[in-house]
Amino acid sequence: MPHIRNYTMNFGPQHPAAHGVLRLVLELDGETVMRADPHVGLLHRATEKLAETKPFNQNIGYMDRLDYVSMMCNEHAYVRAIEQLLNMDVPIRAQYIRVMFDEITRILNHLLWLGAHAIDVGAMSVLLYTFREREDLLDCYEAASGARMHANYYRPGGVYRDLPDNMPQYSAAQWPKKELARRNANRQGSLLDFIWDFTERFPKCVDDYETLLTDNRIWKQRTVGIGVVTLERALQLGFTGPMLRGSGLAWDLRKKQPYAVYDRMDFGIPIGKEGDCYDRYLVRVEEMRQSNAIIRQCVTWLRNNPGPVIADDYKVVPPKREVMKKDMEALIHHFKLFTEGYCVPMGEAYAAVEHPKGEFGIYLVSDGANKPYRMKIRAAGFAHLAAMDEMSRGHMLADVVTLIGTQDIVFGEIDR
Amino acid sequence: MLKHLKHWLKSFSLWELLKGMSVTLRYFFAPKVTIQYPEQKTPKSPRFRGLHALRRYENGEERCIACKLCEAVCPALAITIDSEEREDGTRRTTRYDIDLFKCVYCGLCEEACPVDSIVLTRIDDFFMDKRGDQVITKQELLTLGDKYETQIASDRAEDAKYR
Repeated sequence: MPHIRNYTMNFGPQHPAAHGVLRLVLELDGETVMRADPHVGLLHRATEKLAETKPFNQNIGYMDRLDYVSMMCNEHAYVRAIEQLLNMDVPIRAQYIRVMFDEITRILNHLLWLGAHAIDVGAMSVLLYTFREREDLLDCYEAASGARMHANYYRPGGVYRDLPDNMPQYSAAQWPKKELARRNANRQGSLLDFIWDFTERFPKCVDDYETLLTDNRIWKQRTVGIGVVTLERALQLGFTGPMLRGSGLAWDLRKKQPYAVYDRMDFGIPIGKEGDCYDRYLVRVEEMRQSNAIIRQCVTWLRNNPGPVIADDYKVVPPKREVMKKDMEALIHHFKLFTEGYCVPMGEAYAAVEHPKGEFGIYLVSDGANKPYRMKIRAAGFAHLAAMDEMSRGHMLADVVTLIGTQDIVFGEIDR
Repeated sequence: MLKHLKHWLKSFSLWELLKGMSVTLRYFFAPKVTIQYPEQKTPKSPRFRGLHALRRYENGEERCIACKLCEAVCPALAITIDSEEREDGTRRTTRYDIDLFKCVYCGLCEEACPVDSIVLTRIDDFFMDKRGDQVITKQELLTLGDKYETQIASDRAEDAKYR
């Protein structure tokens, strides 16, 4: 009798369904996965070590590049850690702006996830629709921060600039009059008006995605009963975010440990029942609707409550440009802050936010210098990826792709 | 019984697939969102952070005074500055290089500049055709600044009240 050996196969790191640079060593019995061994580190950029060499504010830009599909949420965790150490108060308007952009980021992340997940599973069209909506949200990013992805917008003490009163418009030279009017219709007012218009349209768009997927028999065949994680196991494996909620526990840091102004927001936490890929899909889709509701609440508040968006503390926050150009004292602060930065009192802080993927935390140790002594990033995706072996065991090779999709893996934060 | 019949009918008539395709059909006739780049471009915010430029004052004098704040604040260490005293006794840069491959376009240099000299412009489609061209020199930066000054100035003016 011949000796039968399992077939070992490399999945990635250059596989388009690997969502970046995941290398999975799969042990296959025929087409059934017996063991999955994720190899990480191909996108390691030493962000944690890099942060130790730079003054606090210069690291904010690197936070965007951790989980590069939910940029501002990463920044939020980082600036919150610094604010905790500095024991600093953030103006209420800045907190609303942060919550609004956190939720915009959540929708951005879930839209990319939905499109990519659908493509992985075999539905081409969803990506085209989700990217249409992403375009609008990235325009909001650009209008507020100047960059479409790597925003560098949050600062310890608030946000860099207030939201603009004008939205950039399509250029008249490039379109016929009628189409120009249609394209610019929602860009007549301020950024807040533009976002409001988006939130009016968005639930209909989610309905469209759901029409394409939720009842679709192929989608169901590919996701129902795949990668089931019981609640008990999900807790033991350290799942957070939609991965945990998909298994049926209403755990959400926005509710359980409210930060910024989430305690003033009215929203629900969707949970799943079975803990399979289909439930996690439903949870994320419902999260988009809830985020939309939160954004609407923020826009309403922000419209009626102008005010400062960054703390008035020259020891941490650079003075306004106008003041800096006229006032010697302010100029000195400006120079100090942009060369040496500010010193943070000795101590340690852990700040976690409900990131689109789960709990994203920054653990910061300061020795009283102007740079972090140590920074540890708690990435949600890392714990999820560690469960890849357990989730994929016994499933078919094609289901591995579904599992990578459902875990919402992004290597920027896992390898950091 | 009715429920079973309904399920059976839906199942065999490919109901949910047809519904999905109706979405596709609807968007087939809907106004398009696609744009024909580069003839048409999406709107760009005055805060946009693209290619760098060095500006001059209206009398033609370069703004940069070689205070090196941008060099100090640059997280990616993309800026290199050498400075010397000019014949008229003012302090100016003799070298102002930006390595575009190192730059992360975070905008901190512009934030730091006390004289509004280094700015990030709206230019987002640029290229280099040989190795080494990614380091742009002071002269190139000043040329960019001269070329786009109107746009740069109007963008700064529009954003001035927020900064």
